[in-house]
Amino acid sequence: MSTSAVGAVRDAFERMAAVDAGPTGLNCILWTDEAHALAEAKAVDAGRAPGVLAGVPFVAKDNIATTHLQTTCGSRILEGYVSPYEATVITRLRDAGAVLVGKTNCDEFAMGSSNEFSAWGPVLNPVDRTRVPGGSSGGSAASVAAGIVRIALGSETGGSVRQPASYCGIVGVKPTYGRVSRFGLVAFASSLDQVGVFGATVSDAARSLEVIAGRDVRDATSADCPVEPYHAAATSDLAGVVIGRPREYFPSSLDARMARRCDAALELLRSRGAEVRDVSLPHTDLAIPVYYIIAPAEASSNLARFDGVRYGPRAQADSLREMYEETRTRGFGPEVTRRILLGTYVLSAGYYDAYYKKAQEVRTLIARDFHEVFDSGVHLLFTPTTPTPAFEFGAKSDPYEMYLNDIFTATANLAGVPAISVPIGDIDGLPIGGQLIARHFDEQTMFRGAFALEAARSEAA
Amino acid sequence: MSAVDDYEMVVGLEVHVQLLTRTKAFCSCSASYGAAPNVNTCPVCLALPGALPVLNEEAVRLAVIASHALSCTVNEISIFARKNYFYPDLPKGYQISQFDRPLAEKGKLDIGTNADGTPITVRITRVHMEEDAGKSIHDRYPGATAIDLNRSGVPLIEIVSEPDMRSAREAGAYLRALKQVIEYTGVSDANMEEGSLRVDANVSARKRGETRLGTKTEVKNLNSFSGVERALEIEFARQVELIERGGEVTQQTMLWDANKGEVRPARSKEASHDYRYFPEPDLPPLQLSLDWIRRMCEDLPELPAAKRLRFANEYRLTPVEIEVLTANPPLAEYFESIVQAGADPKSAANWVIRDVRQLLNAGADLRTLKVTPEALAQLLGMVRDDTVSHAAATKIFAIASETGAMPQDIARTEGLLQERNEDALAGWVDQVLAENPDVTARFRAGDRKLLGVLVGLVMKASKGRADPKAVNQLLSARADAGE
Amino acid sequence: MPIGPDDVRHVATLARLSVSESQLPELVAQLNGILAHMDALALVKTTGVIGTEGVGDSAMPLRMDIGPPIPLVHALDVFAPEVRDGFLLVPRLATHESTGDDESLE
Repeated sequence: MSTSAVGAVRDAFERMAAVDAGPTGLNCILWTDEAHALAEAKAVDAGRAPGVLAGVPFVAKDNIATTHLQTTCGSRILEGYVSPYEATVITRLRDAGAVLVGKTNCDEFAMGSSNEFSAWGPVLNPVDRTRVPGGSSGGSAASVAAGIVRIALGSETGGSVRQPASYCGIVGVKPTYGRVSRFGLVAFASSLDQVGVFGATVSDAARSLEVIAGRDVRDATSADCPVEPYHAAATSDLAGVVIGRPREYFPSSLDARMARRCDAALELLRSRGAEVRDVSLPHTDLAIPVYYIIAPAEASSNLARFDGVRYGPRAQADSLREMYEETRTRGFGPEVTRRILLGTYVLSAGYYDAYYKKAQEVRTLIARDFHEVFDSGVHLLFTPTTPTPAFEFGAKSDPYEMYLNDIFTATANLAGVPAISVPIGDIDGLPIGGQLIARHFDEQTMFRGAFALEAARSEAA
Repeated sequence: MSAVDDYEMVVGLEVHVQLLTRTKAFCSCSASYGAAPNVNTCPVCLALPGALPVLNEEAVRLAVIASHALSCTVNEISIFARKNYFYPDLPKGYQISQFDRPLAEKGKLDIGTNADGTPITVRITRVHMEEDAGKSIHDRYPGATAIDLNRSGVPLIEIVSEPDMRSAREAGAYLRALKQVIEYTGVSDANMEEGSLRVDANVSARKRGETRLGTKTEVKNLNSFSGVERALEIEFARQVELIERGGEVTQQTMLWDANKGEVRPARSKEASHDYRYFPEPDLPPLQLSLDWIRRMCEDLPELPAAKRLRFANEYRLTPVEIEVLTANPPLAEYFESIVQAGADPKSAANWVIRDVRQLLNAGADLRTLKVTPEALAQLLGMVRDDTVSHAAATKIFAIASETGAMPQDIARTEGLLQERNEDALAGWVDQVLAENPDVTARFRAGDRKLLGVLVGLVMKASKGRADPKAVNQLLSARADAGE
Repeated sequence: MPIGPDDVRHVATLARLSVSESQLPELVAQLNGILAHMDALALVKTTGVIGTEGVGDSAMPLRMDIGPPIPLVHALDVFAPEVRDGFLLVPRLATHESTGDDESLE
């Protein structure tokens, strides 16, 4: 690898070509502009933005606003759209010297768990091209797993970073809700959405999160909470750290191999000085019903702005009503359409109380579970990230079966707590991840656990 | 007795008032009027993908002041909500408003007094904050509607009343009282013609004596206070006629057509009024400390009712005079400045009500009026001291309003000061007595009724400059002396 | 309570999506399949539980009443489908005659 920014960016583009990152291959990267990226790299080499990520190439999910490359959210409704403003997370990475080399494929509007719902075709899992990379940030995960970049931005609503990280054998972080600015992240479900990071290693993820975290005056939900030096958590062992093993995440139906890998990981954590305790989060099984009411409800409202009036392709029609319906019906794919209909339904007159209001109340109970377990002296929770490793394309045709992929991840989004997925081995050669969940804004302890687990695994290997 | 007289009108009003902030409610775009189309727009008010709202603190401050002025309880925690519907001038596909937990609740507004002197009070249900939509222009381009989003996101408050009004006149009185309170607080221009105050009316009819409310309709597109009153009368008559014929009023939106003077139903599908309100997830709850809320209350300027009471106590004016003088804060302030400069309140009131308002009605602006309160006070002092006659004062006022010169200077240069010099007066008196021997003879013989005639003649001879009182005394003295 | 074809047509209208009659049965079945799992929530006791209104307990930060606005690096007419004289154009929507289709701001 070259040490200059220009060299690093060139390497990234070479790697894209070598692994065939485009539509004929992995299909993980949608939009690039090599000349522009090289120009940016040259500026970095010339001393612009001499930050902690100086010269580090990165990719960003296609639902994060960039002013040079398209931002389509994997949807036809934004085909050709180049944002006239830049997301805060992009600005922060660029100001730290990182160079954007591509926008990555994803499930349309981040709705999906397999990346099969992109208008631009599915992404292949670099580990096994017959399998899905996970979703919705599948393109970002695949880009890191394929060695194109070491860091990538994704977005999380119910597991869209952790789940593909797990499927692709890399590190994925969902920060505390409010930790990272959402300004410029195209909204799916505003109360759940959070920009997340992928790293080839825990350290890559920690360094990039450090850069993008922190209060942003352009996002009223971003928290004014000091950002700690996450990469510094690498030096600590786990003496004094109590790790909870929530029994609801280890049901008897869980794949025995998955359970064994998790137990092995817990053993490694114990070997680093952590104390492991059995704990309970009793409302866990309600997370998916709650999630699939709240997320579509918010989405149905967030996606109303895609009406063909101000941006994006417009269907020609004589009446306004027809223009709206044609533009939206042609622009949105089947999963997005399904969720808009579902979300509109649960908010509509006569159903609001039974669905949306009830779901928000149960959400409070789910969050309370976490508060209680953390208040009982537990610092971290360890769970499998997903029930299974990556599945084959077309394996989950029933929508609800697909939704169950989020069963271990959606809880952290509903409660707003931070979580990280770290590789813990494989099943039949397919990577799997273990998840560490921490208290609100305690990313430091979360990284401490992740660093320890990563180090213990590499020592054990 | 017509059927209408058997029925009672029940009216509740929803009034939107635009707050006078520099920037919009949720972004830093200018909130001013008059820019070229879509110039005052940004990622937030264009609803670009990924943009987020951040609330303007000044909008909150102004909304709280207005709430206080309407005697509302301001909530420590209020929540923004999304009101979802499609319209091309609503960029996000939802309006950020407040629903379950508004900014302020349970206020009241006095709109006048009953025959027995008790106040007529309209209860205010709530005051909530929301954003304006853009503007759709339908007649500019053939086959197309033009959208200007400069107004999109401008802060508004909506003031919702209880259905406490019982006539179109009361509705009009409520609107005038509300406009006055808003103007007093300075939170808005509250100008219906310019759209900074907008009114929707909920109206129903019921038999007199009935306590239940009838089915209401919502009348929109009301563009003036008189239009509101006319529209309410017409809609009420329509409802009564419908009920009398055995029909039923349907709950629907009606549109007022000011040109045709008619109210007609807005065609709307059953589906179109499901706004699917839910809490706005992009904005955490608005939390205001009790301390801050209280401070806003203390900072409140004197409101119309308090001012009226004070004017009655301090200046001993009649209710009609008070009504005129407190119509708006600048006029009241102008009046009080005259009094402060030493003028008698009663004469100051007379002059403001008659002469100053005449100038204002002719298009003058109080802020740039050439007759300052100090000048007017000086003029009133001259009248009081008989330095000038009333007629001369009127003339001086007219000159001052043109030139801005001080009354004393005008009186001097124009020769309008009253003459009290004994010699000068005696000269005119002698002249008149000599020129009118008959009258003089009868006057001297004791016909004192002729005094007035003689004074008049002296005034004429002096071309109005003689002090009539002094002339009066002089003539009386001559008669008494039997001269 | 199962969702029927009329419900789907209704929400499609609200959402400005057109659902063809041929798609309808599958959509109805899918949505019912999803909603059936939501029934579990009805069994949870939530008396006295306050719903989560956004995540986190912090109060809303406010901004000062000053500019400048966030700039647009590409002008409106670069990304908008139809712009004339600075206006965004959409197919004609008759004024008061047909607030029928849509509602104006209330």
